[in-house]
Amino acid sequence: MDFRWDVILNNLPLLFRGVSLTFQLTVIAVGIGTIIGLVFALMRVSHFRPLVWLAKGYIDFLRGTPLLVQISLVHYAAPQFVSQLLGRQTNWPALISAIIALSLNSGAYIAEIFRGGIQSIERGQMEAARSLGMTYGQAMRYIILPQAFRRSIPPLGNEFIAMLKDSSLVSVIALHELMMAGRVIAGRTFRPLEVYMAVAILYLLMTMTISQFVSYMERRLGKSDQSD
Amino acid sequence: MIRVTNLKKNFGRLEVLRGISCQVEEQEVVVVIGPSGSGKSTFLRCLNQLEAATEGQIYINGVNITDPRTNINKVREEVGMVFQRFNLFPHKTALQNVALAPIKVKKIPPPQAEEMAMKLLTRVGLEDKAHQYPDKLSGGQQQRVAIARALAMHPKIMLFDEPTSSLDPEMVGEVLEVIRDLAREGMTMVVVTHEMGFAREVGDRVLFMDEGLIVEEGPPQELFSSPKNKRTQAFLSKIL
Repeated sequence: MDFRWDVILNNLPLLFRGVSLTFQLTVIAVGIGTIIGLVFALMRVSHFRPLVWLAKGYIDFLRGTPLLVQISLVHYAAPQFVSQLLGRQTNWPALISAIIALSLNSGAYIAEIFRGGIQSIERGQMEAARSLGMTYGQAMRYIILPQAFRRSIPPLGNEFIAMLKDSSLVSVIALHELMMAGRVIAGRTFRPLEVYMAVAILYLLMTMTISQFVSYMERRLGKSDQSD
Repeated sequence: MIRVTNLKKNFGRLEVLRGISCQVEEQEVVVVIGPSGSGKSTFLRCLNQLEAATEGQIYINGVNITDPRTNINKVREEVGMVFQRFNLFPHKTALQNVALAPIKVKKIPPPQAEEMAMKLLTRVGLEDKAHQYPDKLSGGQQQRVAIARALAMHPKIMLFDEPTSSLDPEMVGEVLEVIRDLAREGMTMVVVTHEMGFAREVGDRVLFMDEGLIVEEGPPQELFSSPKNKRTQAFLSKIL
């Protein structure tokens, strides 16, 4: 059996560009998703019903529908809607759609991660903070969130890895991330075996690097606090 | 200084407090005793509105704290609380635990707040533990830091919710010693406790609670040696 290494080697620049875009997309999506997630987690644990419902609706919708559908909604359905609204043809680049869809999706998962973190903090912490005259916001900011965030790091690492893999779905809107690079090369060379093996290994290298980094972070942050 | 009239608290259908009225004068140390489930902790937690009252009024220095228009955060600055489970902030050092609220709530500059925090830690005998995290401290030490933390806001009233109940026996003394000092300095205090010896020694007045009511109250010598109410007698005969 012949395995054409040269197919991989000749296309390494294209593959690496794919790696780079995949990585950038993931970092941006998880970054924006963290902000979205924090906002919705705070709404979710608030005592103001409408905010709770809004957050629940958001989280349920994005976790309960396929990411592929969400990407199509942002890239195809939303432009149609906006076009009809404005009365003229409107669309936006695939990169923008990809960032929006991945961020919104990641935001829902991260909201649940933060909610779990916040609710895992013993009730006495909030009570102690409030008994000292802190407002709810101050207690959240200085007491609850720092502890909750620390506990959220392992699941955030998992979310990062999941998002890195799921970002391959944006290849359907023709964005040249790693998966799309693989498809293009495979189509051009008729060597799917070599190309997709290379793509898989590149994904694996990325996810392994990230999980190493996450466990390093855990150890570093774990040092200064772990009581209960 | 504290005036409570007809305070009631329900948790759903459960009536935990069924009409409590009492007063605490300035510099007075009031000790609350009673069987578990009698509502003593709930009563104490109503005094800084960690539990919202279902009915009745609580006045602290003339301010009705059960009125929703009252800024409860301002009131809490003047009412310190010490919890059974310490509730120190685990991600902060002992010093930071004490200095945090003055810095964030009273906007005292950090160096000044830390200097004051250090003085308070010295007062509770823990200046050498200032830079330790709570999980490196014993229970007794944690509780003393918690007392210093409450004192850092310069409260006019201190509430103690079974401050020695989750301590190993050999650490009870060091915590009671700190509370005793506070009493001597004239701090107004309400203490929920199971330490009867301590109640007798520092209490100016003892309230005996059972089933959500104050059943009997009086000076400790009187209440402990010649209780009038049958339930007080039954309770005291079990634990003394």
